[in-house]
Amino acid sequence: MWEILTAATRSKTGKGKTNVDRFLTLLRVLLIGLLVIGFLAFIAQQINPQNAFAQRVNPDATGLTAAQFKGLLVTGLSQGAMYGLIALGYSMVYGVLGFINFAHGEVFMLGAFSGFITSSKLFEAGAWEANFILSLLLVVLISIIVSTGAAVIMERVAYRPLRGSPRLIPLITSIGVSFFIQNAVILLFGPGAKGYPRLPEWLTEKRSILTFEIEGTKILVLIVAAVSMASLWWFVERTKTGKAMRAVAEDKEIASLMGINVNRTIVTTFAVGGAMAGVAGILWGILFRSVIATSGFLPGIKAFTAAVIGGIGNLGGAMAGGISLGTAESLLPLMILEPLGVNGVSQLRDAIAFLLLILVLLIKPTGLFGEKLSGDDRA
Amino acid sequence: MTAATQPNEYVADEPTILPGKAPLDQDWADVAKWGAIGASTMIFVVLSGMLTGLDSRLVIERVFSLGYLAVVWVPLTLGFLVAREEVLEGMASHAKGANEVVSGGIVGALSGAGLSLLILLMDSFDLRDPLVNWSDKTLGLLQFSEDSFFGIVMWAVIGLLLGAIGAGLHLLTPDMRRLVKIMVVTVLFVSVFETFLTDLFKGFGLVFITDFLYAARGGLTIISTIVLAIVAGLVAFFGKGRVKQAQTRINAGAVEGGGRTKANIAMFVIGGLLLVILPIFTGKITNELLANVGIFLLLALGLNIVVGLAGILDLGYVAFFAAGSYTTAILTSPNSPGWSPELPWWVALIVTIGVAALAGLLIGAPVIRMRGDYLAIVTLGFGEIIRLLFLSDWLSPWFGGAQGITNIPPADFGFFEVKGTDPRSVFYLVLALSAIAIYVSWRLERSRMGRAWMAIREDESVAEAMGINTVNVKLMAFVVGAVLASFAGAVFSAKVGSVFPSSFLILVSIIILVVVIVGGMGNIPGVIVGAVVLIGVLGGPKQPGLLQEFSEYKLLIYGALLIFMMLTKPEGLVPNARRTRELHQDEFLQDAWLRKQVDEDEEASEAELGDGPTAGAPA
Repeated sequence: MWEILTAATRSKTGKGKTNVDRFLTLLRVLLIGLLVIGFLAFIAQQINPQNAFAQRVNPDATGLTAAQFKGLLVTGLSQGAMYGLIALGYSMVYGVLGFINFAHGEVFMLGAFSGFITSSKLFEAGAWEANFILSLLLVVLISIIVSTGAAVIMERVAYRPLRGSPRLIPLITSIGVSFFIQNAVILLFGPGAKGYPRLPEWLTEKRSILTFEIEGTKILVLIVAAVSMASLWWFVERTKTGKAMRAVAEDKEIASLMGINVNRTIVTTFAVGGAMAGVAGILWGILFRSVIATSGFLPGIKAFTAAVIGGIGNLGGAMAGGISLGTAESLLPLMILEPLGVNGVSQLRDAIAFLLLILVLLIKPTGLFGEKLSGDDRA
Repeated sequence: MTAATQPNEYVADEPTILPGKAPLDQDWADVAKWGAIGASTMIFVVLSGMLTGLDSRLVIERVFSLGYLAVVWVPLTLGFLVAREEVLEGMASHAKGANEVVSGGIVGALSGAGLSLLILLMDSFDLRDPLVNWSDKTLGLLQFSEDSFFGIVMWAVIGLLLGAIGAGLHLLTPDMRRLVKIMVVTVLFVSVFETFLTDLFKGFGLVFITDFLYAARGGLTIISTIVLAIVAGLVAFFGKGRVKQAQTRINAGAVEGGGRTKANIAMFVIGGLLLVILPIFTGKITNELLANVGIFLLLALGLNIVVGLAGILDLGYVAFFAAGSYTTAILTSPNSPGWSPELPWWVALIVTIGVAALAGLLIGAPVIRMRGDYLAIVTLGFGEIIRLLFLSDWLSPWFGGAQGITNIPPADFGFFEVKGTDPRSVFYLVLALSAIAIYVSWRLERSRMGRAWMAIREDESVAEAMGINTVNVKLMAFVVGAVLASFAGAVFSAKVGSVFPSSFLILVSIIILVVVIVGGMGNIPGVIVGAVVLIGVLGGPKQPGLLQEFSEYKLLIYGALLIFMMLTKPEGLVPNARRTRELHQDEFLQDAWLRKQVDEDEEASEAELGDGPTAGAPA
């Protein structure tokens, strides 16, 4: 345990400890200690809500019932699957180009927004209710086209001219792109929240699967995410283009010597990431049924967190990271913070995601499943 | 080829001019591309509501509004761009002629045709549902209140003319181009800054000037436009070269020793005096503006140390601003929910500095070892965590949650009280703090620490190998940046009189970043220019700027500016020489390569001199 806590320090400096190292070790210990104590307090609270510790810090604690726990778990899983889909885009682009496409959250938002427009038009035409499955497929298709287009245009206009410039330049540019798209959408479509049309009842009703009471929408989200992930895996691992992508991620120069069109491969990477974000946008629409121009910001950052947690550049890791982040975000406030006497924990959900990012970077900067990056990006 | 006579001479200043291209021999794909870009930009501008939203603000009375200006710059600029030829040092360029004007005109016409298409579409379809600006008002403005056929033809014609004019600017001699530029810029400047200039002239009792310049309902009168253009033209014509001369004289003085420093000191003193005297004459609006510029200047100076000097991209910079504001608020306000010692402002400032430095250490230490891009996102996360904590019910017994902390007393110095209702006093306080901040940044930049920061920015591993303790030095950058931000926070609290978590969105960090980048990373004059131009003209996240009409569009413009600057001029408007060299390494290398080519040509000169120095130029 102590080795994990101090490992980063020793490998980096190889000499005596500095105060910063001591502080970081202290921080690691504190954060992990907080998690452990919180979890212990949670278990104690589940066994006896009136135990001595709970009486002191949180007298109104009632603990979680099994049904509540399962509900939170399913919510976390479905949201996590959505984060995972967005995270794939971050991870692939980072793997290939070595920079964080900050505007990827906006690609996701554009997917959700175009989904809103198509679905509400279909709803007006009556097709949404008459033939839901076909309409949904159409909505997904259009949103994939919009998101892919946005990602490709972004790459062409803003990122390609900057290839080879210092690392932070494209990152700053992508912040500008994100800002621009957000405000362009506000100006074009108005600042208000846009509501998706009502979903059919057979989809929203709860179903009982393996003692879990799951809403149909969440099942749909999990299925769509699994299918997308599987097809992406097939694309990257089994097709020629996928092979080219992996080669470019490994080493751009050698790849181009092997006859791979690096530019086209990079565009493909952006396109595939954009398509996944488009699908995630529709999932957001189905889960929350409302979208605004700033919807992309937080999910975008969280998806990046997910990509880091899973090990950036690692596609399976991105999905696993997304799911663990989603679950942690929905469970940890009630499992760690509330037993410690923090009130209003639901407000701190987003803070939990960022804390997890910091924790992972402090303890295992390469992520849970290891990074897959080309040599010069690993610096 | 003219250069063939002297092939061995490296001429940087006067590029070789080749004869113009054969008629209609141009890159049609390029023309079509720029036309498509122009058309989509114009459609976007109209649909984003700039045409309608800015129409009420007149540039020239009854003729031309800011709304139309937001549209017509597109064909003009694109016409100019399409006719431009990228000329690197040592490369030859073509003489400009009718060909360029034709292609500019076509690009302009294509762009205008975009709006014609939009009129056609708006006439036949109703997309009012998703697109908020798909309205009759927009259509009316697009058609110039005539029928749709008139509008369709007009836009194509306007586009054609403006595109041709834009391209035609290349035909003018550089002197003529400069003259035209100065005339247009003066007219635009005077009309766009109407409120500011009215305010200023009123303060100096020069109301007759404003009466002459501006029409009763805003905008320049036609006569005053012409007079202004002529005056500007004359000044530009006769003043040509004077500025250069003065500069040379000052520089020459520097050679003799001491002259330059003296001149610089004199400039600073005069500038400082002007800044002290100016607010006495200007009105409340201008002073409010100056106070906002000052607060953001303080923030930008702090971020300049972190991003510009040390090269650490801190996206959560607003956290320190928030920490400074909240500390001051808690220490001074009687309404502070947790603990309210009600200290005087300047005592609170001292504590605030300490708290901010500590915050800088605490936030800096965990992130300092991360690679640059991770650090950016993690600091962003910290910025958001801090805001969420201030907002949360959990800590509301101390920070007041969403209600924030209100009733913060004015900063009382005994002889001088700084309060929000008197923006002049705020401005003086900010001016004093900015002067301190500028002095500190300036000294730090030239200190051992500053050189260490720049070394880290350029190459961290090399800096470490040179014996710089990178961790400590980077932490210091965080701490200094945090302290400067806390100055701004303390003033902000006293000025606004209340603090709310919603004042400290990530947006603020990004806007400060844009200020630093547009001005010039790592360059103090650049940062000042950036703050004055951006915050003064466009406005801060919630504070209005000179162009109040733009408040709806300013965030869009900030985003666009950030992309534009990064793509074209990453070193900023007022660049730092060293930083420029880092960012344009490729081009410098290419220039070096070209020079080397020239040298090699020299050696093998007898054989093939036909193409002179351009022989080795990349296509």
